[in-house]
Amino acid sequence: MIGRRPGLAWCVVSVIGVLSLRVHGQVTSDRLAAAPSEPQNWLTYSGNYSSTRYSPLNQITPANVKNLKLQWVYQSPVAGNWQTTPLVVDGMMYITQRLNDVVALDAATGRAFWIYRYTPAQDRVVCCGANNRGLAILGDTLFMGTLDAQLIAIDRRTGRVIWKTEVATTKSGYSITHAPLVVKNKVIVGVGGGEYGIRGFIAAYDVTTGREAWRFYTIPAPGEPGSETWERCPPESKSFCDPEAWKRGGGSIWMTGSYDPRLNLTYWGTGNVGPDYNGVQRPGDNLYTASVVALDADTGKLKWHYQFTPHDVYDYDSVQVPVLVDNWAGSRVNVVAWANRNGNFYALDRETGKFLLGKPFVKVNWMSEFDEHGRPKQTPQPEGQPTYPGNQGGTNWYSPSFSQRTRLFYVSAWEDYASIYLPATSQHKEGTMFEGGGQRNNSPVPGAPGLGRSPINTWTEAAGHGAVIALDPATGREKWKYTMTDVTDSGILTTGSDLLFTGGREGYFQALDARTGSLLWKTNLGAAINSGPISYRVGNRQYVSIVSGLSLFVFALDE
Amino acid sequence: MRGMVVWTIGLTVASAQGTVPPHDNPYAGADIAYGATVYAAKCVTCHGAQGDAIGGVNLRSGTFRNAVIDRDLERFIRNGSPAGMPPFALNATDMAGILAYLRNMNAFDPATVKAGDETRGRAIVLGKGACTGCHRIDLDGSLVGPNLSDIGAARSAGSIQRSLLDPTSQMMPINRPVRVVTKDGTIINGRRLNEDTFTLQIIDDHERLHSLVKADLREFTIAKTSPMPSYKGKLSDEELGDVLAYLLSLKGR
Repeated sequence: MIGRRPGLAWCVVSVIGVLSLRVHGQVTSDRLAAAPSEPQNWLTYSGNYSSTRYSPLNQITPANVKNLKLQWVYQSPVAGNWQTTPLVVDGMMYITQRLNDVVALDAATGRAFWIYRYTPAQDRVVCCGANNRGLAILGDTLFMGTLDAQLIAIDRRTGRVIWKTEVATTKSGYSITHAPLVVKNKVIVGVGGGEYGIRGFIAAYDVTTGREAWRFYTIPAPGEPGSETWERCPPESKSFCDPEAWKRGGGSIWMTGSYDPRLNLTYWGTGNVGPDYNGVQRPGDNLYTASVVALDADTGKLKWHYQFTPHDVYDYDSVQVPVLVDNWAGSRVNVVAWANRNGNFYALDRETGKFLLGKPFVKVNWMSEFDEHGRPKQTPQPEGQPTYPGNQGGTNWYSPSFSQRTRLFYVSAWEDYASIYLPATSQHKEGTMFEGGGQRNNSPVPGAPGLGRSPINTWTEAAGHGAVIALDPATGREKWKYTMTDVTDSGILTTGSDLLFTGGREGYFQALDARTGSLLWKTNLGAAINSGPISYRVGNRQYVSIVSGLSLFVFALDE
Repeated sequence: MRGMVVWTIGLTVASAQGTVPPHDNPYAGADIAYGATVYAAKCVTCHGAQGDAIGGVNLRSGTFRNAVIDRDLERFIRNGSPAGMPPFALNATDMAGILAYLRNMNAFDPATVKAGDETRGRAIVLGKGACTGCHRIDLDGSLVGPNLSDIGAARSAGSIQRSLLDPTSQMMPINRPVRVVTKDGTIINGRRLNEDTFTLQIIDDHERLHSLVKADLREFTIAKTSPMPSYKGKLSDEELGDVLAYLLSLKGR
């Protein structure tokens, strides 16, 4: 409708924008559920409960996007890979920066109101950097998970702590890096630490008191449903087999889940099994690792699950943001759409978990086909031979996007990328690395540069390249592809004018035509983009923001 | 000590010992032998020549309680041990060498390898080998090929050795030769320095830097074959050993 009558729609949303700026209303649970009806704001990590990272705003169009101008920059004083997605509420922007700071900014000018600094405990352990990806909000309270596995409630007007709850202990390798998800009167978080032999879980806390309301372990204890997938060790196993593998089975949570208010189900992707690479020491499918779990939002009870990679030995975390798509393939079925690190695109009935579609979107050789229940037929590669996709996956944690208008699913992909796996026995020691061997890039020359590099692209076409792939969620078929020379860790935003914004390792921030994939605008921000763009409006202006390097850049059309 | 580096072209340490068939040993003989010199320089004081001078630790076993794969071993060496081993910040060459040596310490016999001579190697690099016709070493030589000033800290001994015999097999992808033709017909041949989706940075065969916009090019080809000649049969095994010894001594500034 917005597309057909842009003038009228624009007028209506402008009025809402001005009103809410004046009122500074609290962010109620109803507002979170109806986030698409207030497109001036960005109220959750992925913009709405369906996690489509789609903004209905349409002031910036394919025709005028070339006139985008930099409006302001916020520079973080803290070095390191910056993965945050801001929240925007009625003209205010809230961002996290390393280590566990929260900054409140004027979303139109970038000037700061307050900074809250939390220093996580010295003994924290995180495999992959001191990352924090953002916040959740309810009422006037912001919620942040910390590197030392605390959950903190912060007053959004003052930046002062309201309560702090210990979710888990650093001693055992737990951390929190993702943005929490608020559902009704609970704030839901999960724990990281999949490389440290944790037993993963998702837990909900009362928004007012911080008291734990429920907890779902992603690794079932003996006797619980799913525990049969942690099989007994064969009596005469030649290699080391751990009879209590489940205790350190991983299943971490490090990306934000989604929520379907109608079904009252919350969907979360789970991380790799521990240890990552050595399957021999943990026989069985290892539920619920590398899976999606659908939980009752009030009780945390498991409604259904689907395991993308049973008995994973490739570190194919399934933590990708679950994207909720209605009326799949023109039917009345509503699905969770999922481009997985293991290289396949999936559609699952989100009420029942029924497998509807699985299809590779990049080269895949760890499996050959699916049976009718969606179980992959695995095809392990001979020792020393490359496995596609490689360790970082066909995609990873980079936010995908789904546009209601184009009915396309957009994913940041790594193509022609493989790893050679070197499994080995790992004995678990609490709070220390527990990977079961390792892996290396499939590259023509041993010792060729790995992931960490910039601004020189020494990785090159020999090791793989990045792409934005537009998929038809009904078939998993590629509609178009935008190819990059270097790989990409950027999220994707689509808008109500059929624009697609994304970044990449090269530091370009680019706008594509969401219908065709053609490049409409680009600017070089000078450092790798490791976060997802968002769009919001203050007054009459639509803004687009993106983090590149140590800076948050905000663009708009000149007035 | 650095002058005592080795030549092992054409044979591996393991095969000389007859214990491990050469094609099953993932460690290059040159790395094992070079690693022996690293061990002698950095490890022998505490661990002893036989690797058993510290009670409870027998390096000659080649297997380690806390380090199943090489990456574990590397992490252990870099971080040190609470039991008293200090951390060692080894460069890539030294690390590859020490890992190879530790895994093969038991089978390695220094008598089977002959040390290359760094000084003679330098003379070959600058003279008969004509390496500086393409490569730069410190302030001398051409900029056309990859700079070798720190090659002895960046690449493993085995990789440098193979590079002399089969250059393409060891060419880093970033160094692949490129040929571009601009829209106005200018042909530029050179070595790639950096590339992204829209642009390309190269140094051409006249040592000039170019930053090119891909949209302005009529042709852009990346070759997978190294322009460097193989020295197989052109230098004797002994000369190759000398060149390797010299290149391993280049640690940058």
